[in-house]
Amino acid sequence: MSASQSRAPHASPAVSAALVAAAVGIVGLLIVVPLASVFFEAFAGGVAAWWTALAHDPDTRHAIWLSLTVAPVAVAINTVFGVAAAWLVARFRFPGRSLLISLFDVPFSVSPVVAGLALVLIFGRQGLLGPTLAWLDWKVIFSWPGLVLATTFVTLPLVVRELIPVMEAIGPEEEMAAVSLGASGWQVFWRVTLPNIRWALLHGIVLANARAMGEFGAVYVVSGHIAGATDTMPLRVEKLFQEYRTPASMAVASVLAGLALVTLVAKFVIERRLEAESRDLEAARSTAETPA
Amino acid sequence: MSIHVRDISKSFGAFKALDRVSLDVPDGTLLALLGPSGSGKTTLLRIIAGLEHADEGVIVEDGEDITERHARQREVGFVFQHYALFRHMSVFENIAFGLRVRKVPTAEVRSRVEELLHLVRLEGLGGRKPAQLSGGQRQRVALARALAIRPKILLLDEPFGALDAKVRVELRQWLRRLHDEIGMTSVFVTHDQEEAFELADEVVVMNHGKIEQQGTPDAVFDQPATPFVMDFLGNVNVFHGRVENGRAFWHGIPIDYPDYPHAQARDARVYLRPHELEISPLSGNGQAVTGNGRASGSLPASVLRVTRNGAITRVACRPHGSDAELQVDVPTEVARGLQMDLVPGAHVAITPRKARVFLPGPEYVI
Amino acid sequence: MTFAITALVMTALVLLPLAVLVLRAASLGPQGFVAAAWTPRARAAYGVSLGAAVLAATVSAVLGLVVAWVLARIDFPGRRVLDALVDVPLALPTAVAGLVYSALYVEKGWLGHWLVPLGIQGAYSYLGIVLVLVFVSLPFAIRVVQPVIESLDRDTEEAARILGASRAQTFFRVVLPGILPAVVTGFALALARALGEYGSVVFISGNMPFKTEIAPVLIVSRLEEFAYAEATTIAVVLLAMSLTLLIVVNALQQRLARNAQ
Repeated sequence: MSASQSRAPHASPAVSAALVAAAVGIVGLLIVVPLASVFFEAFAGGVAAWWTALAHDPDTRHAIWLSLTVAPVAVAINTVFGVAAAWLVARFRFPGRSLLISLFDVPFSVSPVVAGLALVLIFGRQGLLGPTLAWLDWKVIFSWPGLVLATTFVTLPLVVRELIPVMEAIGPEEEMAAVSLGASGWQVFWRVTLPNIRWALLHGIVLANARAMGEFGAVYVVSGHIAGATDTMPLRVEKLFQEYRTPASMAVASVLAGLALVTLVAKFVIERRLEAESRDLEAARSTAETPA
Repeated sequence: MSIHVRDISKSFGAFKALDRVSLDVPDGTLLALLGPSGSGKTTLLRIIAGLEHADEGVIVEDGEDITERHARQREVGFVFQHYALFRHMSVFENIAFGLRVRKVPTAEVRSRVEELLHLVRLEGLGGRKPAQLSGGQRQRVALARALAIRPKILLLDEPFGALDAKVRVELRQWLRRLHDEIGMTSVFVTHDQEEAFELADEVVVMNHGKIEQQGTPDAVFDQPATPFVMDFLGNVNVFHGRVENGRAFWHGIPIDYPDYPHAQARDARVYLRPHELEISPLSGNGQAVTGNGRASGSLPASVLRVTRNGAITRVACRPHGSDAELQVDVPTEVARGLQMDLVPGAHVAITPRKARVFLPGPEYVI
Repeated sequence: MTFAITALVMTALVLLPLAVLVLRAASLGPQGFVAAAWTPRARAAYGVSLGAAVLAATVSAVLGLVVAWVLARIDFPGRRVLDALVDVPLALPTAVAGLVYSALYVEKGWLGHWLVPLGIQGAYSYLGIVLVLVFVSLPFAIRVVQPVIESLDRDTEEAARILGASRAQTFFRVVLPGILPAVVTGFALALARALGEYGSVVFISGNMPFKTEIAPVLIVSRLEEFAYAEATTIAVVLLAMSLTLLIVVNALQQRLARNAQ
């Protein structure tokens, strides 16, 4: 029995109990009470009222549909980009590599409103590409493509950030072995790389999707906030709130909150898989290093 | 400062780490707690230190019951296996820590720390951070830190476990000299018998939460009290044999075993150390030796493998008419002086100089 | 091809838009920039943004330390549930957070019902801004500190105790110095998140110029007035603050990684 397993707790029970109570209080007041009250408020008028608010308001219906089409596209772009960028950074050493890794974090630290504005300045009517887009009759800002761009921007770091450490931990040996056995680039990717990173990738996708569904600031700026046209679910929540239709607003919010809970459960399950896989990797490494 | 441990028991859940252990550490002794992992040796050390609370039993220091005394008040020095140095503090501040929390005046702290840095031969390194030191240096800082508060006893948990072989041997000899200089009652935990034997005045062999044997290194090595001790202290050949009328038989060779004078034969185990076997060309009969635990006669065998390992030549052989393999260690010079070639297939006579017999107890698991 | 995809996305989506933003602001010239970016109302908005973010990040760092400590060190029934709940603000859309916080803290709300009679206005106030910013930034403060507490060498605490340190001395002299870099990093991350937050704040702040108007809200209202120049300059100021913080966070995290070795 090692000392760490056998260790008795050193803090007195009273101190421990007080700390636990404080932590539960903090999380309870800041997180659990608000979360519970979303559902409470949403269903305060009964399930029928909740359903009416969601299904019988055409603008709300449209917002739900729009969110469901924008988020997957943004997540798909993110997935392709995330895998490509993580591969690049994990497998190659090149000048500017660490700068690139820092740049991946930029969308996290830039205010979504600033990001939205930057996109308007390029794709808007008076933006850099405005005249060209007008000539092509393509509408980006105040339209679906703008929503996708803004959503992709804010979720950009999520997939790549998940993949870099996993790819670095796995190392290139298996891929090199596959190449030496005659596999093509795509075969290596589909048969070796992807199976190795699948849980990390899924983790990133789940997080990116949650953020994509819930993005507000960037989307607000590029959408023009047009009910029935460019309002996503979070924007619809705000509009209903501004129109003093709080119960309807809460109904839409409850759908988003439900989605967040599903995300957390998925995240929890995936993280357990990830932990198991990193343990397997460690075990495989340690048996490889100590000859029997 | 003497330590007396009386009937200490400690369980972690269903795991019984210590089972009614009693131990005496005389004043000024350097004592080793030796055993495999899980034997309870570290738990015992931590209970003596006050880091762990025993479920039952008493600890007495110089006639004073300190069982309920907190680690803070026990005035023990403790050296952790992985040093446990405070890494954001300099070497100086690490050593000074115990004095600082006791509000010792700064000037006194300074002179005491300088004295200790000199003692552990780290003069001039007081300003370094632990991360800038080698493993051996860190271990000496840990020791200096433990000694700074002038503890009554010094406890060390696997003090050389994390060091490489060469440093380990150096530090071991240095610690022995240090102990002889300051003469403080010290207890250290180790799983390395060589370490225990080289360093300690007294060795306590532990297994499964119990003490198997306590004694001087010579006593423990020469008169192992239990099969476990025999087995744990170095290589050993184990064979099944029979015992009756005060004698055990191993391949027909009689071995005195007065502890079992009964006529009814029963199974026994015969333990033979490789270096206590002699090898000779298979012609003459080995001369009989008598006395307690002495064997007489020799055994024909054929050589399977021969490995030279510096000064020792290890010969693996198989007794005639048996499937078992027997290992014999012969000084290489002796092997060269034999009137025969030690090659696989050669026939030899094996003569045990010494053998030990144990009746298999139900509790003994290898 | 991986390089092409990475370069295309990073350039088109991140570098180009931000460069255009800066160039647009720069085209106003130094005087024009200052005139647009440094109006009294804008200055007030920077002040509210920065002040509320610093306050919220500080609260998050302190509360986060408590929660992280409990999650890392104390085993109690429901620990895993608490651990999972910490991630809620990462998954919950900020608009939902803003909506529900304002509903909770208005006079008729679950919490406002108790607090407003005591003179504590949680909704449509500065306090409201700080509250939602604590909500959105808390997970960052916790998740940076928690693994560091888990990885602490507990032998050092025992060593301190055995050397005669009291519980408080052990915490302040041995434990806290070990986790302080992580707490500071968590604070910086929380600050970065809080500084740019928009979605939750619009619901609860009341958006009163000079009082509860944060910089992102001012950008949006200038934009809605088609005052692009002013919106752009304010955005550049906010961007500069964020990127400075990003550099600081990066440096802190590198130091943290070095210390962990």
